[in-house]
Amino acid sequence: MKDIAAKVLEGDSRSIARLITLAENGSSEAASAMKEIHHSTGNAFVIGITGVMGSGKSTLIYELTREYRKKGLKVGIIAIDPTSPFSGGALLGDRIRMMELAVDNGVFIRSLGTRGMLGGLASAVYDVVEIFDASGKDIILVETVGVGQAEVDVIKIADTTLVVLVPGLGDSIQTIKAGIMEIADIYIVNKADRSGVEQAVAEIESLIDISSIGKDRKTPVLTTIAKQKKGITELIKEIDNHRNYLKKTKKFDLKRRNRYEAELVEIIRKRLMNFIFDESTFKEKVESLIDKISKKELDPYTAADEILGKILK
Amino acid sequence: MEQKIRVLVAKPGLDGHDRGAKIVARALRDAGMEVVYTGLHQTAEMIVETAIQEDVNVIGLSLLSGAHMTLFMDVTKLLKEKGLDDVLVIGGGIIPEKDIPKLKKVGVSGVFGPGTHCDDIVDFIRKNVKK
Repeated sequence: MKDIAAKVLEGDSRSIARLITLAENGSSEAASAMKEIHHSTGNAFVIGITGVMGSGKSTLIYELTREYRKKGLKVGIIAIDPTSPFSGGALLGDRIRMMELAVDNGVFIRSLGTRGMLGGLASAVYDVVEIFDASGKDIILVETVGVGQAEVDVIKIADTTLVVLVPGLGDSIQTIKAGIMEIADIYIVNKADRSGVEQAVAEIESLIDISSIGKDRKTPVLTTIAKQKKGITELIKEIDNHRNYLKKTKKFDLKRRNRYEAELVEIIRKRLMNFIFDESTFKEKVESLIDKISKKELDPYTAADEILGKILK
Repeated sequence: MEQKIRVLVAKPGLDGHDRGAKIVARALRDAGMEVVYTGLHQTAEMIVETAIQEDVNVIGLSLLSGAHMTLFMDVTKLLKEKGLDDVLVIGGGIIPEKDIPKLKKVGVSGVFGPGTHCDDIVDFIRKNVKK
């Protein structure tokens, strides 16, 4: 078999798809390929799209992708849906609104289950961004799960973060001041053909007025009707503006550094958890400690000391 | 580490009924699989390209329109052309008994009609998944 990393760099679809699977499963083959492709990354611009369930994130991504394709840019899409905490299975349905893109060879869509991650992303999302980037994608769109208030991890990976809202959330915008109402680089009020648009925009703007005091950039609020393709070109323009702003203020490099930090933390977390809870030699020890805690023979802190002591020695 | 079975559930052709496909998709999710659902009116090209990008182990095709011979065969033929010989293909919907051997011959390994227990589909996938 020709080296999977080399084939990813050539843009071979099956190798890209296979490497993503290997990375999701945490295989050692993936790790060595990821090491090889890293030097070829850093060219793609990453746009995160987050927002409440049913706000139209997938449809917006579909329309954004069509616009980027008209400009001749290659697009990678990462669509994340929740994994069931009970069965470990997932229903990945974001593609339904993007199927027209399936046969465009300048677009690659991959659906991921969260597999236990809580911040609105999937654990392998950093790997998939690197793989898409290395395979020559110009734009990478990351769609988070439908979020509530606190799923804000998308800012760790995105250069530009879009927060998608809809009219009629009303006072709830007030209640979500913290969390997702703090992370937007651009706000979008989608489904703007519904009533209550002016009120939604006004409420967001009043939040921005307060939070942008003393800052060099005011977060724009756009209205779109993604299904009717309205507001999409304006949105692309605002994304470009934000990209230029990041470059001009040197914040771009800082964002990238933050992403690599988050990725490093995630790799270490995954390996450590895997080592403690999945490796057979260690697993038995851990299980017996948990039993002791249940029987009140031991407390969780002492058990943690014991486990970490074994790793750190 | 753990490897999850990934399944593509697709509705080829002109058939607007996806209740069955959705129920199967849900049952597979509850069995711990990752299920990519495409929605209605898919061409063979869309289905196969999606199977490649999503790196699925299984494709489940559902059709109630009667065109299963042509449409299922379009998919298995294209899979072969693209060299995806490690993907298990199964079918469901309204499919006459006499067509089942013919479908098996062209690469649809399992056919599940009305009244099938979802558990039987789960078992079949677990036993026959190739990669």
